[in-house]
Amino acid sequence: MKCRKCGGAAALELRRHNAAFCAPDFIEFFRNQVREAIRRHRMLTRDEPVLVAVSGGKDSLALWDVLAEDGYRTTGLYLDLGIFDYSVESRAKCEAFAAARGLPLVVRRVADEVGAPVPVIKQVTRRPPCSGCGLSKRYLMNRAALEEGIPVVATGHNLDDEAATLFGSVLHWQTESLARQSPALASSHPKLVRKVKPLYRLSERETAAYAFLRRIDYIVEECPFAVGATSIAHKEALNRLEDASPGAKHNFLFGFLDKARPAFERAEEVDLRECARCGQVTTGTLCAFCKLADQVKRAG
Amino acid sequence: MKVVLRNPRREVEVAGNRRVKDVLRELAILPETVLVIRGDDLVTADQVVADTDVIELRPVMSGGRA
Ligand code: SF4
Ligand SMILES: [Zn+2]
Ligand SMILES: [Zn+2]
Repeated sequence: MKCRKCGGAAALELRRHNAAFCAPDFIEFFRNQVREAIRRHRMLTRDEPVLVAVSGGKDSLALWDVLAEDGYRTTGLYLDLGIFDYSVESRAKCEAFAAARGLPLVVRRVADEVGAPVPVIKQVTRRPPCSGCGLSKRYLMNRAALEEGIPVVATGHNLDDEAATLFGSVLHWQTESLARQSPALASSHPKLVRKVKPLYRLSERETAAYAFLRRIDYIVEECPFAVGATSIAHKEALNRLEDASPGAKHNFLFGFLDKARPAFERAEEVDLRECARCGQVTTGTLCAFCKLADQVKRAG
Repeated sequence: MKVVLRNPRREVEVAGNRRVKDVLRELAILPETVLVIRGDDLVTADQVVADTDVIELRPVMSGGRA
């Protein structure tokens, strides 16, 4: 197979683009996709700082690499979930990445903020671990950004993540999630920072290839709680569709964003208030994060 | 040839001197779900791997994100 750009030996075939690239030309292709995402959704400017949420995995470290290389003012945010060896190792990967490039990294521990690490939250709430974990991550990312004076959080969600989320929302017709799903969410309240997903045009195989070719030392092992998560089952189903018809995931996600999302967006109008306890944004009196912290405290 | 699989890390022996595509098919792995790594390089599905080669099939799926 030959590189589409230079005709040299290809390192990676991208069936949905009907193309193959050598390593240097793939890296350029990847960065151009990120640039296109940023441009199209006006995600970032070089005049303002951006908080990059990093997990130690391939996606978020690839994202940090691209943004830092392209001259954005990045600070990393690592949330220590307290998930056994997985958290110890993934934190070390983020710290090594930041140190090698001289980039600032902020670390927050879920155990300090919620009162217990994710495995204990799972037991206390008797809910799937990803539910308390996801809630805590979303809350803490926003609060950390506000505290650091950074107006925007960038996450490493890729095309497969977004297609799987969309698939799950459509299966259950969760109209609120459909209204919210977007590569870029504007701030709808002074205490909510912007959220952007600059990798949404790139598949997880592409982010893995980028991380590998850039020699980024990322954690290949998964969070032990990821096994059996429904999002994984959705990804597997989509990968079988993709295998039979390359481009299926891309068309599913991009078709939604272009054609369907505006309709859901109009239907959802929510009333935002500030949490009586912590002051962060919520639709109720007490935010979901404070309720979770209360539940942990009662159990302790 | 030796094939290294991950999560958990394990090794299997399969016949070499054929295309990566055929090795993946034998192992029932969809090409979209892995990187094929030989040494410091990525290998495309149409390339032939030798009987003496060692390749790693690294899964690219991440997640469990809520
Ligand atoms: S798999 Fe679930 S528990 Fe593990 S880090 Fe992701 S959201 Fe949290
Ligand atoms: Zn090339
Ligand atoms: Zn609160």
